[in-house]
Amino acid sequence: MQEIWDGFVRAVDLIITRNPQVVEITARSLYISIASTILAAVICVPLGGLIELHSFRSKKILVNLIQTLYSLPTVTVGLIVFLLISRSGPLGSLGLLFSPWGMIFGQAILVSPIMIGLTVTALAAVSPQIKDTAKSLGATETQIIATVINEARPAVAAAVLLGFGRALSEVGVAMMIGGNIRGYTRVLTTSIALETSMGNLELSMALGIILISISLVVNLLLNRVQGR
Amino acid sequence: MARMILRMLLPVLALAALCFAAVAVDEARLKLATTTSLQDTGLLDLIKEKFDEKYNVSLDVVSGGTGIAIQYGERGDVDALLVHDKERELKFIKDGHGLERRCIAYNYFYIVGPKADPAGIKDMNASQAFAAIMNKGKSSSDTVRFVSRGDNSGTHSREKQLWKKAGFNYSQVNSSGPWYIDAGQGMGATLNLANEKQGYTLTDMSTFMAYQGNLTLVPLIEGGSDLLNVYVAMAVNPAKHPGVNCTLASRFINFLVSDEGQDLIAGYGKEKFGRALFSPARGNCTLIGCPDGECAAPTSASCAAA
Repeated sequence: MQEIWDGFVRAVDLIITRNPQVVEITARSLYISIASTILAAVICVPLGGLIELHSFRSKKILVNLIQTLYSLPTVTVGLIVFLLISRSGPLGSLGLLFSPWGMIFGQAILVSPIMIGLTVTALAAVSPQIKDTAKSLGATETQIIATVINEARPAVAAAVLLGFGRALSEVGVAMMIGGNIRGYTRVLTTSIALETSMGNLELSMALGIILISISLVVNLLLNRVQGR
Repeated sequence: MARMILRMLLPVLALAALCFAAVAVDEARLKLATTTSLQDTGLLDLIKEKFDEKYNVSLDVVSGGTGIAIQYGERGDVDALLVHDKERELKFIKDGHGLERRCIAYNYFYIVGPKADPAGIKDMNASQAFAAIMNKGKSSSDTVRFVSRGDNSGTHSREKQLWKKAGFNYSQVNSSGPWYIDAGQGMGATLNLANEKQGYTLTDMSTFMAYQGNLTLVPLIEGGSDLLNVYVAMAVNPAKHPGVNCTLASRFINFLVSDEGQDLIAGYGKEKFGRALFSPARGNCTLIGCPDGECAAPTSASCAAA
């Protein structure tokens, strides 16, 4: 118990004194997960719209598959992305491994299922009349998708924010793709793993508390957009 | 409608651009895969500071066991390696992945264990000690245990060699009972585990010194040629892996073997731990079994791609 309390005190201290290393790691954590969330959202939200607005034979299977991938182990994604972007892999010439770019790419893949799946669910809740009205007014398919997404804005935003939460808190991709390089790819979660293995439990706890605080803010935001 | 979507997207895109710009600033980077001991003791932080400043580059250190470090090298994912497993180093070079070995530093492995030394290994040599731990462990696994790295690292390799030298087959040792604990973790975590279980383990001296404050284990066997631990730098061969930065890798290795680099290594730890954690290779080539050409000498291989 004492260690948790000490960690809490230390966390407050690190935040108040704006410890440069902690600030840097926190900022890096944020921009890498924000970038990966945006990258994923730009692709997944429209894709979710496409899936929802079309009926095809294997749609149910596809949606089930996507939902199964919600719980994709982060280390498995890390491994697959590692093999993809390693210099010996198919995307090796891009030199993405052990860089923030690679982490953004990997985390975007990691959060894609959750974003697509939740977008599909969100759009399914939109009244079919809206879709029909748009159609009867001569809207193109892109316009219909845009209308429906707009209609389900809070739920779609929730899908995106949940993706962000997963990107921010995962450690598998960050460790395997980023390599935990100090000052370059070291983020909150990989720092926690490292400091713990080095026996600096108090600092680990402090970093963990910072991570939880960010999650709390994201969660409050989530509740707000959902109008609760 | 479309305009509205665009208006919603604009701030998002601006934010995205900002994020990408933040990571886009890319200076010259040297990717180095290293064994955990050099990183966890803080030596590489010091070397990075000096090297970065001198050459205006960024040394990116990816730390893992020797096993994974060599994997990264074989895939061309890093430019240089710092490892400590002679057999695998020679194979790495023979397979064409690496240019040449350069011994840069050494110290010794320790066999550490509980102060009471329930297996009575003090004053034995390393392989006798291993045999004694195994015998006692098999008959009383609640008091005598051995914790293994079990992670394919250089230290794990050495442990296997010592079992072999003691006359045992490693796969049999590994599965011969609860006295043998396969940690599957880095040196620091393994030391913490051995401490919790009050077991014996094989550790490099530097990590032990760095973690000693949290441990009740004591070194029982130190020194001896069986426990010699030589750190070697290698550049990845650009002829085999065209993406690697061989020029920068050679510059780094030359920095390590230069007087400046060797002095950094020789002095490291004196302030914090009361003694140096590593000895420089310079001047000790015969002792550490490195041929003259491979020992603390500047690189000679060409960086020309195929």
